[in-house]
Amino acid sequence: MSSISADALQVLALIVALALAYRPLGDYMAAVYSSKEHLRAERWIYRCVGADPDREMRWPAYLRGVLAFSLVSVLFLYLLQRVQNHLPGSLGFAAVTPQQAFNTAASFVTNTNWQSYSGESTMGHVVQTGGLAVQNFVSAAVGIAVAIALVRGFARSRTGELGNFWADLVRTTVRILLPLAFLAAIVLVACGAIENFGNWHDVTTLSGAHQGMPVGGVASQESIKELGTNGGGFFNANSAHPFENPSAFTNLFEIFLILVIPFSLTRTFGRMVGSIKQGYAILAAMGIIWLGFVVLMSWTEYAHPGAALQAAHAAMEGKEQRFGVGSSSLFATSTTLTSTGAVDAFHSSFTAFGGGLTLLSMMLGEIAPGGTGSGLYGMLIMAVIAVFIAGLMVGRTPEYLGKKIGGREIKFAACYILITPAVALVFTAIAMALPTPVHSALNPGAHGFSEVLYAYTSAANNNGSAFAGLNANTDWFNTTTGIATLLGRFLPMVFVLALAGSLGQQQPVPVGAGTLRTEKPLFAALLVGAVLIITGLTYFPALALGPIAEGLS
Amino acid sequence: MTTATPIRSQLPQGDGNPGQGQGPGRVGAGVFDPVQLWRSLPDALRKLDPRVMVKSPVMFVVEIGSVLTTVFAFDTPGQWFGWAIAVWLWLTVIFANLAEAVAEGRGKAQADTLRKAKTDTVARRLVGDAEEQVPGTDLRIGDLVVCEAGDVIPGDGDVVEGVASVDESAITGESAPVIRESGGDRSAVTGGTKVLSDRIVVKITTRPGETFIDRMIGLVEGAARQKTPNEIALNILLASLTVVFLLAVVTLQPFAIYAHAEQTMIVLVALLVCLIPTTIGALLSAIGIAGMDRLVQRNVLAMSGRAVEAAGDVSTLLLDKTGTITLGNRQAAAFVPVPGTTAAELADAAQMSSLADETPEGRSVVVLAKEKFGLRERHQGELAGAEWVPFTAQTRMSGVDVDGRKVRKGATGSVVAWVHERGGTVPADAQRLTDEISQAGGTPLLVAVEDASGARVLGVIHLKDVVKEGMRERFDELRRMGIRTVMITGDNPLTAKAIADEAGVDDFLAEATPEDKMALIRREQAGGKLVAMTGDGTNDAPALAQADVGVAMNTGTSAAKEAGNMVDLDSNPTKLIEIVEIGKQLLITRGALTTFSIANDVAKYFAIIPAMFAVAYPGLDKLNVMHLHSPQSAILSAIIFNALIIVALVPLALRGVRYRPMSADRMLRRNLAIYGVGGLIAPFLGIKLIDLLITLIPGIR
Repeated sequence: MSSISADALQVLALIVALALAYRPLGDYMAAVYSSKEHLRAERWIYRCVGADPDREMRWPAYLRGVLAFSLVSVLFLYLLQRVQNHLPGSLGFAAVTPQQAFNTAASFVTNTNWQSYSGESTMGHVVQTGGLAVQNFVSAAVGIAVAIALVRGFARSRTGELGNFWADLVRTTVRILLPLAFLAAIVLVACGAIENFGNWHDVTTLSGAHQGMPVGGVASQESIKELGTNGGGFFNANSAHPFENPSAFTNLFEIFLILVIPFSLTRTFGRMVGSIKQGYAILAAMGIIWLGFVVLMSWTEYAHPGAALQAAHAAMEGKEQRFGVGSSSLFATSTTLTSTGAVDAFHSSFTAFGGGLTLLSMMLGEIAPGGTGSGLYGMLIMAVIAVFIAGLMVGRTPEYLGKKIGGREIKFAACYILITPAVALVFTAIAMALPTPVHSALNPGAHGFSEVLYAYTSAANNNGSAFAGLNANTDWFNTTTGIATLLGRFLPMVFVLALAGSLGQQQPVPVGAGTLRTEKPLFAALLVGAVLIITGLTYFPALALGPIAEGLS
Repeated sequence: MTTATPIRSQLPQGDGNPGQGQGPGRVGAGVFDPVQLWRSLPDALRKLDPRVMVKSPVMFVVEIGSVLTTVFAFDTPGQWFGWAIAVWLWLTVIFANLAEAVAEGRGKAQADTLRKAKTDTVARRLVGDAEEQVPGTDLRIGDLVVCEAGDVIPGDGDVVEGVASVDESAITGESAPVIRESGGDRSAVTGGTKVLSDRIVVKITTRPGETFIDRMIGLVEGAARQKTPNEIALNILLASLTVVFLLAVVTLQPFAIYAHAEQTMIVLVALLVCLIPTTIGALLSAIGIAGMDRLVQRNVLAMSGRAVEAAGDVSTLLLDKTGTITLGNRQAAAFVPVPGTTAAELADAAQMSSLADETPEGRSVVVLAKEKFGLRERHQGELAGAEWVPFTAQTRMSGVDVDGRKVRKGATGSVVAWVHERGGTVPADAQRLTDEISQAGGTPLLVAVEDASGARVLGVIHLKDVVKEGMRERFDELRRMGIRTVMITGDNPLTAKAIADEAGVDDFLAEATPEDKMALIRREQAGGKLVAMTGDGTNDAPALAQADVGVAMNTGTSAAKEAGNMVDLDSNPTKLIEIVEIGKQLLITRGALTTFSIANDVAKYFAIIPAMFAVAYPGLDKLNVMHLHSPQSAILSAIIFNALIIVALVPLALRGVRYRPMSADRMLRRNLAIYGVGGLIAPFLGIKLIDLLITLIPGIR
């Protein structure tokens, strides 16, 4: 079998697996957020944090919950790293420096998992498992909670109430992420990923030298790393490391884990707004972009013009022999189109256009299918913009799911789409204009620029992957990427929740023959067009000076 | 057409028959004349004032860009490029202002015509029984004024005494005088109109300066124009896109410096102006003004732009049966004889008895007899010794006594009583026939005769409402647009249903009282629907106020006009359908041009990005798919295209995108194909063409 048809089969298998999980998982999640019951474990948690899970919240209260919880998380994670040397199981590592601790705390709480450190040589067991892995769960849960609040805004009418943040947070963690991550960890362990709390393992290499082999709770962290679209690896090599990602099967399985919740959330959305078809339309738009990018990426990696690469039939630099071009392209596309940022190959070593595609994937706002929760709300915001323009073209005040898109709604949606490009471009521009940060770039010229652009795009979009080559562990990058992740995560959430509140207060407009049908293929296509043109055009000049210049030269 | 055309000459003096509409795509507007551009130039230049420009954020950014490029062009003398860009940027701003000025100019011309009607009048105010002369501007609400033949009515009010014929052409453009009388639904008079005959006493209902004519002038001039909700929302979106592109361009300079391709300010401004949505930004306000103007041209005054937008969203249309769906009057449709009488005999008797009936129903009997049985209409003078019995509301019968034969025709009860009085009997068949006709929604009229053989009933005339031609098609169209029509009538449910079925409306409200109407509107609105209706009577006023779009007839009472948010000067209830179409067209035009504007950006990138960076990265020249001559000509071509497309689209903005009733899906598909795909392709062709022309200019390589 040629490698291309093997790749196609692999993509097909992935799609089948996602399709099989779509209905049960989507419906299950909808049931979780519609349920009135509390589990005993949940009641116990509510009592501990002093929350009343049955109290409905308006958007400001919901937002206060999100921000307060995240602020406490950042502070806790920061302190944990700063006192690491006093903690048990620290494996003798020193306390993390203030800048790096801030960066890591911000990064894990925002579901970014940008890592300016090497996990295995910086963090002990307590920080890895008690700090970082916990954030892998709850930061994903915060994203889903905000998405569910927006869905409730669409689904409910004449009320500003969006549900209870604490209930959504706890339920997501307890009922969805924990069981799924547990199962996934078992699968990973069964396939060869490691899970222990031992000390460094001494091995004698073939050449007779002694080498310390770092070990730890890898599989448990790996499963939620992918499932919660976090991306922060136990090891610096991330999913390219054989302890994290032992085989081609686990590679595909991890991609499945990355995509399964974001895609299935469209089903949850359809269920909760009372029209499965509306969910399909959003799914279709996400799916088209994802598949299109997978095909483009594989093509650029296989059809590289360089002589050495053509001899090898593909661009193999920076890719794992175990996975090859197809799997690496699939992983790279899936990790950057979601807010995961886990890598099984080095994006910097991809062909210029391939690297450009990973950049563009993030620049689209990570909405195809996007991060857990953040993908859904990002795509719904784009749908609001698309509905607004398309709705005008059918001669009515635009409406989406029976809710009118007026001045208030557009204001929130427009602010949302403004923030991420603003953060990414302004930080990149400042970094490029200052004399020092540029020295972090490994390469000169267009590729060096891509490294810096990638760093801030990744931070602002809460992706967390890096264009390896950039030395990000400097005070400048630790501080600025940390700020960028916080701005890129929480400012958009403000507008999403404000929009949800505004939508939830409206009285629904009945659907008639004059209504724009947002569950039709035409709308899905329009949505794809709007995403590509509106967000794509914003970054075109920057991309032209980075990957496009490199690729065309 | 010139801008100075008074409104009256632009009016389609329609008779309200929708079948005579201008066919599909009938929502058009005045032809656009390039001369208008030239005439509006001074206004356009006046609008360059930054305090005015700031209201349109997109064009304000272009104006700042124009100032910057001009400064930098001075800074680098001897460079034709900087000057060329500066000139075309200024032209872009001026073109945008021109579009708005042209749109406003049309309204100004109409306002001038109206102002002529508003000459200073002297009012004859009644104080007790005495009369005093006061200037019209001194009148207060509640004052009573006397107007006689030749007087101009000094202010808006209601007739409280007398009847007069009034020339309202100053407002409606309709030259035929109208009757205004105290009491009832025809009591409202408008200041500035002229009494032609008789004497009336008018109670003033508005303060000077707030009269109907004042408001009309304000509306058509656009002085009172406020941004509509949807326009505000679109402006927010455009402003945020402008900010996004501003950031993209501002941050580009450090990237460019790193790539050793530092750009001049002029090039950066050019890139920015090309990217921000200038096309829609320039035309947005013109589209809104032109939309209101299209209504004015149809003799409809919208009191707010909000109402026009709401019209596009209407999902339920309440239409009065009489005058809107049916012709004003019932007409004879058939002669149904009782056994023992022939249809021809009946027709002859019916015709004879109706000659003295001047009501439309009576005339229709004569017409039907002629059509069906070839019975020539006889004139009253032809029959010697005939004694005519005219129709009156009391007797509800008409007829003739001639040659010892008495013929009568009239309402069932009256004729039955007449026959009984004369010792005749009414056969059971006659009763059955009248019941059948009633059940079919018609009105039966009995025909009876008394001659040598005694008094007897000959048969029944079937009167029915005649649905206006083309109504069914119109309602089908509305249904395709997603609008439900509800017929409102005072008829009984049977009659109402028969007409509703024939006309093809979706629903009807029979034996409707004003309260029923109000309840219906509330019910629809509770379901999230927007309701439009027309009305003229005082008892319509609450419903007009409650409806999202309430169109008051100009013939109606001032209470109705006050309550509605639109006034139809032609008093043509069918116009509601056109109003809905204009509302939709307004939104479609905005959406289409926004799509076009955003889609344009793709081509502009392909022109400008290689021009900026092909020097630093020669590979980027491969993006120059249009093979533009030089970097400078490429940037200039994009800027020129950007400016010219505004002028090119001014007629479209003023006229509105062609609208045909169709489903939302089809409409979206069509508009996306034209303005989305067209917007992607057009600039590639346009920029290439302009580039070719530029290279022909001597001195430019």
